[in-house]
Formats: sequence, structure tokens, C-alpha cells
Amino acid sequence: MQEILQYLFSGITNGAIYAVIALGFSMLYSSTDLINFAHGEFVMLGALCMVSLSLGMGFSLLPAFFFTVLIVAAAGMIFERLAIRSVRHPEPIVLIIITVGASIFLRGLGMLVWGKDAYSMPQFWDLPPIDIAGARLLPQSIWILLIVTALTVGLQIFYRKTLTGKAMIACAVNKKAAWIVGIPFKWMVLLAFGLATGLGAVAGASIAPITMSSYDMGTMLGLKGFCAAMLGGLGSLWGAILGGFLLGILEAMGVGFVSSGLKDATAFLLLLLVLYVRPQGIIGAADVKRF
Amino acid sequence: MQDKSTYILYTIFTLGICLLGWSIDNSYYLQLLIFIGLNTLLALSLNMLMGYAGQISLGHAAFYGIGAYVTAVLTTTYQVPPLLALPAAVGAAMLIAWIVGMPTLRLSGYYLGMGTLGFGMIVHIVFREWSSVTGGASGFVGIPPLEIGSLSFTSDKAYFFLVWIVVLLVIIMCRRIIDSRVGRALRSIHDGEKAAAAVGVDTRTLKLQVFVLSAGIAALAGFLYAHLIYFISPGTFGFMASIRIVTMVVIGGMASVWGALFGASLLTLLPEWLHAFSEFEMVVYGLILMTVMIFMPRGLTRGLLDIYQRYRKHHDR
Repeated sequence: MQEILQYLFSGITNGAIYAVIALGFSMLYSSTDLINFAHGEFVMLGALCMVSLSLGMGFSLLPAFFFTVLIVAAAGMIFERLAIRSVRHPEPIVLIIITVGASIFLRGLGMLVWGKDAYSMPQFWDLPPIDIAGARLLPQSIWILLIVTALTVGLQIFYRKTLTGKAMIACAVNKKAAWIVGIPFKWMVLLAFGLATGLGAVAGASIAPITMSSYDMGTMLGLKGFCAAMLGGLGSLWGAILGGFLLGILEAMGVGFVSSGLKDATAFLLLLLVLYVRPQGIIGAADVKRF
Repeated sequence: MQDKSTYILYTIFTLGICLLGWSIDNSYYLQLLIFIGLNTLLALSLNMLMGYAGQISLGHAAFYGIGAYVTAVLTTTYQVPPLLALPAAVGAAMLIAWIVGMPTLRLSGYYLGMGTLGFGMIVHIVFREWSSVTGGASGFVGIPPLEIGSLSFTSDKAYFFLVWIVVLLVIIMCRRIIDSRVGRALRSIHDGEKAAAAVGVDTRTLKLQVFVLSAGIAALAGFLYAHLIYFISPGTFGFMASIRIVTMVVIGGMASVWGALFGASLLTLLPEWLHAFSEFEMVVYGLILMTVMIFMPRGLTRGLLDIYQRYRKHHDR
């Protein structure tokens, strides 16, 4: 019982992170039809920026977090403006290679700026782990869950209540129609990139205290976040959250009860399962290009 | 459909190999050329699938790895002669491709890319975690050199000729397939799958067949790689390796046999040139990938040809 609870806690913590990363993928996909393979690298930038700002430059927690998200979102928007908008014939394969190129570039940049070392930083609250029925819950996990909840509510309000959010949904539904009614489509794409990479930065900054951050941490996180997004249903907000938590918990259970070698495989086995059985994801729309 | 220029190209290619093989004695250059050959095989195999049939695979390094690991385990652990291990390696990859391809190839676009990516990652994890058979993360050591009867391919020069003869044969095979009725059917899938099905092309079977063939060629490259290096580790067959193969095909120019050769040469040589940048290597590599794709989305060969033609038009006027 105690073991199960412990695995559940670690699963939920990881799952929350996957959920935030998946949110970034899903958002971007729904408004631009693009899968950003460099997304994991923005998570890495978020984690390393957070470490640098709070430890290196002595910012306190809140400003460090704020500036991290701002810097990474700006980087994401620059990426969109320079690399994505310049593509004349945006076919999937071309975009895949461009974003993969960007991911290599960003990883190289990360290595130049931060070197090959791994960094750690103290938790947001310096409290001892909480003991629940013999299982330990890190205060940072509670932080992460709070952040995820706040993000979900915030995004929901943004999409439902604000004009910009509604315009973005319109772009996701039908680009041409959105353009005809006067929605500045290009700005929406730029904004979507900023938001998605900002979400990546939030994920990175939140896990900086509980993992070792290094320039090569992004790829695997990105791929798993992507699996989570597929699991829930690509393009669906709640799907991303559900997929993230499901993946996190299943992964933790797999490691705990079967084998630690299974850790990374879980995500991809689930991905294949979903693709074969239900490619639209658990709660995704049925609009999937499947022959 | 084989016209005269194709034969001339083959002749030039063969002469080029002979010339390079006999004139170069430096083992570093020979190794580099051998690697270009192996990468050309990989690019050719993916080109059949991606360039002609229009099906993305982001997990092609898995088949490369299966070829290498099957021969490594057979020849080292079970002492099977390499000549018998070759059909086993290629056959295993083709069998796995057939099993995996059946459900995966029903997907298309991004979803197909993701399915193949997931498959590639799982195979990579199996190489890494199944340490009792594959040697785990630290790799598999002591693969014997290639010896067929009294012929031994231990010197760089012998291996160079072996690899490039295989490349030539695979190029000829690919060209023959592409110029045949099957090849035309394949290209019709690329242009429009539903339209192809409407005119009577059995798209599902054909896609599966080309996937299996492609896996076989990649496994052949893996077999040659294992007996060249004598040591393999999972890192060689990971996600980035798959991406590198895709890049070779796309940068070289899709749907072109010679484009695959060009792309493979460029992407093998590029890291060697970039060593001069040392720390900036990754940054520059990423930038080159992005720039080429932004400005020449149809690949370098086609892109350079377009620029040349534009220049000619401008000049004539």
C-alpha cells in the first residue's frame, strides 16, 4: 500500500510535467497544424534559465520564474518569425526537419552557454517532505500540481472569455474562414508559438528543483510530452492533461512493479497502442487522417 | 525504360569507385568513403519509402540496428559464419518490418511519422535494456571480421570495394524497381493515395512491400557496419540516427537515387568539416539543416539546379 502510494506520488508529479509539455504540443498543433520537435529544447531552456536566474544572478523566486517564461516565450516567437514563417511550402516533412534542426541548434546553444554540467537548485519552498501514510510527498510536487491547475484554468479562461483566445480557436477550426472574418492569422500563429514555448518554460522551471538540468535533458522530455499529447488526443486541452497524468502514473507503476528498464519504453508502447487502436486519442476529435 | 544516359552514369560511377579505391591509401579517407557508402545504402532504403512512395519513417535506424545486432549475436555468441548470418539479419529486419508495417502503414502524415518514431524508440530501448543478449548500454564487443571462404575483408581497401559494389548493386536494383510497373504504382501513391487506389493500385500491399524492402536494405547496411567496426552500441541506432537518415534523403533531394548518394556524402562529410568549429559544431549543424530546408525545401540537388536554371534564363535574356 505504502509502495503504491509512493509510486502514485512520483507518477503524479512526473505526469503533471508531461501534462504541461503536452499542453504546449496540443496548443500549437491545434492552431498551426505543426508538431514542434524542438519543444523539449524549450523545456530545457526553461530549466536552465531558471537555474541561472535564481542561483547565478540571485533573483528571488517569482521574478526568476517570470523572466524565465518571458525569455523562453520570446525565443519561441523569434523561432517562429525566422524559421517557420519563412517556409513557403509548409509540408509536414519539411517542417519536421526544420524543427529538428532547431532542436539540434538549441541543444548546441545550451551546451555553449551552460556547458556540459548538470545543475540543481533548491526547491521553491524549503520544507521537509510531507509524510502521507508512510509515503513521502515532496513540497515541490504540490507546487507543480498548483501550477498545472492554474495553467489549465488560465488557458480555459483565455480560450472561452477573451477575444484573442476565441480568435485562436477560430484559427484552429478553419484558417481560411478565420482570415476572411479578419483575424490576423499570422499574429495568432506567433502568439500560439509564444504561449506554447512559454508553457514549455513553465514545465522546465518547475522541474529544475527536482531533477538535474543539463543541455541534453530536453529531447526525451519533449518526446514523452508528445506521447502524452497523442494519448489524450492531439489538439485537445483536457486530452493533454489527462494523457500527461496517465502516462506519468503508468510509467511510475511500470518502473515500480515490472522493471526499471521499462521506464522510457512505457511512453512509446502507449503511443503505438493509441495509434493502432484509437488514433484520435482518448478524448480527441475523430478528425484523424487515417486511411 | 533504361536509356543510354543511365548506363553512362553507371559506368562513370563504377570507374569513379575503381579510381578512388586504387588511388587512395590513407586509411582515414578510406574509412570516410566506406561510411559514405553505408549512409548511401541507408538513404537509398529510406528514399524508396519516403521519396517514391511518400511514406515518412522516423524510426529507420531501428532496421539498421536490427541488421547489426542480429549478425553480431549470431556470429559472436553462436559462431555462425557471416555468410549465413547475412540472410538471417536481413530476413529478421524484413519480418519485423512486415509485422510492424501492417498496422503502422495504415496511418499517414504526422501520425505515420509518430508511429515509426515510437517503433524506433522501442527497438532502441530493447537494444539498451536486453543486456544479456545485446550487451546493454555499453555495447557489443568482439564481432568477427567478414570472411567468406578464402576471401577476407579485413583491410580497409577490401572493405571499401565490398561496400561500394553493394551500393552499386542496390542502386541498380532501386532504379530497376522504380522504372518498372511497380515503381510507377509507387509514385502514384506518392501523388495521391486515393487516386492510386481508384485506378486499381493495391496501395496497402504495395506500401507494405516497399516498407519491407526498405527495411531489408537498411539491415544490409547494419550488417556491413557491424563487421566493419567490430563493435556496436545502442547509441548508434537511436532517434537522432533515424533523423540523420531522413535528413540525408531530404537534403539530397527526394525521389532521386543520385540525390540519396549526394545527401549521404554531404551529411557524412559535414560533421568532419565541422570538427573545426569544435564547440559550435551542433549550432552550425542545426543552422545548416534549417537554412537548407527553408530556402530549398526540395533538397539541395533540386535547389541548386533551380538556381542554375534561373541564372541561365537571366543570362540568356
